[in-house]
Amino acid sequence: MFSSELLLNAIVIGIFLGGFYAALSIGLSITFGLLDIVNIAHPAFIILGAFICFIFNSHYGLDPILIGIIFAPAFFLLGLLIYRIYYERFEKIGAEPLRGLAFFFGLMFIIEVILIMSFGVDYQMVHANYIDYKATFGVIDIPFRMFVPFAIAMVMAIGLHLFSSRTFFGRAMQAVAQDSLALRLMGINPVKIKMIAFGISLATCSIAGALLVIIMPIEPSVGRLYIGQVFAIVVLGGLGSQSGTLIAAMLLGLLESLVTTFFGPSWSPAIAFSALILVLAFKPTGILGRVGDTRG
Amino acid sequence: MLGKFALKRRTLALGGIMAATLCLSQVLMPMQARAAEPIKIGFSMALTGPLAGGGKQALVSMEMWEEDINKKGGLLGRPVKLIYYDDQTNPKNVPGIYAKLLDVDKVDFVVSGYGTNLIAPAMPIVIQRELLFMGLFGLNNNKKWKYDKYFQILPAGPDPAVDFSRAWFDTVMSLSPKPKTIAFLAADAEFAKNLKEGAVTHAKRLGLKITYNKNYKPGTPDYTPIIRAINATNPDVIYIASYPNGSAGLTRAVSEVGTKARAFGGGMVGLQFSGIMKGLGPKLNGILNYDFYVPEPNMSLYPGVTDLLARYKIVAPSRKVDPLGYYLAPWSYAYLQVLGDAVNAVGKIDHAAIAKYMHATEFSTVVGKVKFGQNGEWEKGRTLTVQWQNIKKEKDLEQFTKPGIRKIMEPKEFATGTVKPFNSLR
Repeated sequence: MFSSELLLNAIVIGIFLGGFYAALSIGLSITFGLLDIVNIAHPAFIILGAFICFIFNSHYGLDPILIGIIFAPAFFLLGLLIYRIYYERFEKIGAEPLRGLAFFFGLMFIIEVILIMSFGVDYQMVHANYIDYKATFGVIDIPFRMFVPFAIAMVMAIGLHLFSSRTFFGRAMQAVAQDSLALRLMGINPVKIKMIAFGISLATCSIAGALLVIIMPIEPSVGRLYIGQVFAIVVLGGLGSQSGTLIAAMLLGLLESLVTTFFGPSWSPAIAFSALILVLAFKPTGILGRVGDTRG
Repeated sequence: MLGKFALKRRTLALGGIMAATLCLSQVLMPMQARAAEPIKIGFSMALTGPLAGGGKQALVSMEMWEEDINKKGGLLGRPVKLIYYDDQTNPKNVPGIYAKLLDVDKVDFVVSGYGTNLIAPAMPIVIQRELLFMGLFGLNNNKKWKYDKYFQILPAGPDPAVDFSRAWFDTVMSLSPKPKTIAFLAADAEFAKNLKEGAVTHAKRLGLKITYNKNYKPGTPDYTPIIRAINATNPDVIYIASYPNGSAGLTRAVSEVGTKARAFGGGMVGLQFSGIMKGLGPKLNGILNYDFYVPEPNMSLYPGVTDLLARYKIVAPSRKVDPLGYYLAPWSYAYLQVLGDAVNAVGKIDHAAIAKYMHATEFSTVVGKVKFGQNGEWEKGRTLTVQWQNIKKEKDLEQFTKPGIRKIMEPKEFATGTVKPFNSLR
């Protein structure tokens, strides 16, 4: 049954959902897209961030987004440490990528088990005044549970894009993906750049976790639901392109919402991933991927 | 000479005594060893994954049963030992787990994990090996197989997929005016789809026009588009068969979007879990849903549950499980209770004989009388339909332990309230 009210609300929610997906994926666009690191534990770090938000929200009543921002530097430092270990044990000795993947698989399970042992397996939710609030403009509803994460996700995505394109470290991050030898010849240590990039990627997990726990209840294994989706978004957007990741996430969010509304929710995964296949069929490098980059 | 003969006689006597002792020990020691050897009951259980909230509380009460039965001398004079593995709420893990339980751990009995989706993959193995199999909260797992050694703890009734929702439909048809249209939504998983199919049977029986009938993918982050799509078809009532994440998401979505439907709920799993109850709080008001045990005054259905849950609540915090245990703890205790009583009554480990006994017997358990009918399902259903009412506080679990929050609508003999239209309670 089609109506303009349904269509408009589906578009609005689709945009908000896309923003949320962008927040989940943008860190991975750095590690997988730029650094060629298959960080399969990325969603697990997001869940870790979500549980940290839950703890401080339930004990001290702090706002989840504030908690996510406060803990972002800690996640950044964790990222530095994890990359250092990964570099020393795998990249430096030229180990097969599969071994690195196994490392991150192990990390994923370790994080999950630590969360289970610390918090149990029950679903947990956070509370904030705006979560239950809804603004209405004519026939369009703006649930703040979706709008606030979207807004924060946009700030994060735009911030990262500006960082990548306008700052020294950002441009160095792009350069290290293109030609790390050339970077070294210019007197820049690519390992240090990669370490910072990985740290930034993990810092985004802290904020993405806050957004996740605002939108839906969490339990330790819920990250597994998003593994396929975040990688698909990064590939669809074009490896290494934060703007591409944002566009891909929006596209997927919109498609999901529209298909759910007008054709039924069980069709939405099929349509969304069909879009991925279609785009890659015509543009194998992804929406904003670099020409000649065949890593996707 | 006489001395040598005497010596030979003593030697012979000593040898005879030693031989007799050796023979006796060969007979007695295995019997003692068998007597000391535990009776092993094996199962998979959702200890991680989306159903772990239920699985872990089930395990706690199963271990309470193990402790209780061992205090009483075990089964057949032997101690009982539970052997289990985490199926991660993933049906693909189940066949391998049961193969290991049977071939490596050499368990004497197997029982199921929690839920339809985790029972189904175990059925071929137990049928092939002709084993007795107790199911925990399975919906229609034996309808296709008609296996005579399957017994199920879910008080749905002889045709579970249909009988599960009967009380819900009896309740909504008591609304005035009677509903004429209905929308259906189910998670894309076996239990939810089976439940929805059964509910559709009732809709057709009662002449309700179906305005929406779709499934959704578990793990959907936002359900507002679905609720809007349902609302666009203007149903009088909405029946949902969902899993915990979906149940919470749909409850939030209907709070945000609203609905004109006069009843909302049905088969929403997870609203009975403490974390979700506490998180949703007043958003639950008005939802009409199934349940099995609620802290209402009329719950004489379950004579042993109060004591069991009091013991469970002491253990729960240290085990990081659902603090209340209302949903599964009584039932997982009961299905082992039934197994244990049957084994002791038959007096030997004979799966066929135990199954025959179980078909013929009415058991007394913590959840009341249990009598199995066709296909190992309950002869008579006892699923409750409850409506959430009077929830006032946010983040307060204690309010859910008091009567008056989940009022029983059906069965009528246990009713503690009358159904009200959904929006009148919000």
